[in-house]
Amino acid sequence: LRKNLEDFTGPREKSDLAIVSFDIYADILNGEKNIFDWNVKQLFVYLSVEYSTKNNALNQVVLWDKILLRGDNPRLFLKDMKSKYFFFDDGNGLKANRNVTFTLSWNVIPNAGILPLITGSGQLSVPFPDNYETTKSY
Amino acid sequence: QLYYQVLNFAMIVSSALMIWKGLIVVTGSESPIVVVLSGSMEPAFHRGDLLFLTNFHDDPIKAGEIVVFKVEGRDIPIVHRVIKVHAKENGYIKFLTKGDNNEVDDRGLYKEGQNWLEKKDVVGRARGFLPYVGMVTIVMNDYPKFKYALLAVMGAYVLLKRES
Repeated sequence: LRKNLEDFTGPREKSDLAIVSFDIYADILNGEKNIFDWNVKQLFVYLSVEYSTKNNALNQVVLWDKILLRGDNPRLFLKDMKSKYFFFDDGNGLKANRNVTFTLSWNVIPNAGILPLITGSGQLSVPFPDNYETTKSY
Repeated sequence: QLYYQVLNFAMIVSSALMIWKGLIVVTGSESPIVVVLSGSMEPAFHRGDLLFLTNFHDDPIKAGEIVVFKVEGRDIPIVHRVIKVHAKENGYIKFLTKGDNNEVDDRGLYKEGQNWLEKKDVVGRARGFLPYVGMVTIVMNDYPKFKYALLAVMGAYVLLKRES
């Protein structure tokens, strides 16, 4: 599981907005077995970030998600992806944040039964830039 | 004999009520079993699916979790996924939700001027699910005559059943 990314923050109204692009190389497994066993209808895979700010002890934002149906390939090889959702902070805590952790997780949706949330190994912690981008146009 | 039948019926009803109340206590949720009413979480959940919820106070709300919540002032429970969480050190949590099958987040569903949900709006987190089973409730809601007919038949059966 590996994520590489480039990012920059820009102020928007009064909250920090981060624009992130990333690559995801992942293999979703269930130990040794195939993750799509007889009782798995789909996987809801999502990339989330977690970080702390002065304003809030814990922040989690989902940047991107994808639905993998039974029969789809559980190996993800995605390059140059953009986040699907706006990565706003509740305040200005992204600028110069030393520790923003990116994690890939998935929700197993069975045909019937329990709905577990699994976190992938291979999280990536990234420091965010100290300054806002002012000249790039989006 | 009729007296016995009525007592029997009353016992069945109170046992059912006790089980339901027991579930409420054990799961910590005011409504531990809910029926999915819309298609906003497809293809995971469809209208008529049944969800089993827990609502333990110390369970943190995490991004990616499926929660069932009620908007202040409305009765209808909504089943969507948490996509943003901001938690303060004192334990105050505010979060944003979105249906998997919706293009936009739920801010349009919240109360006028409300941008976030809080722990108090949560009915429970979805822990397990059974497909289709909840359709009965939806049918009974949409066709009330069906509900009355069913109740009448059940009542008649219990009261008229003769012990052999």
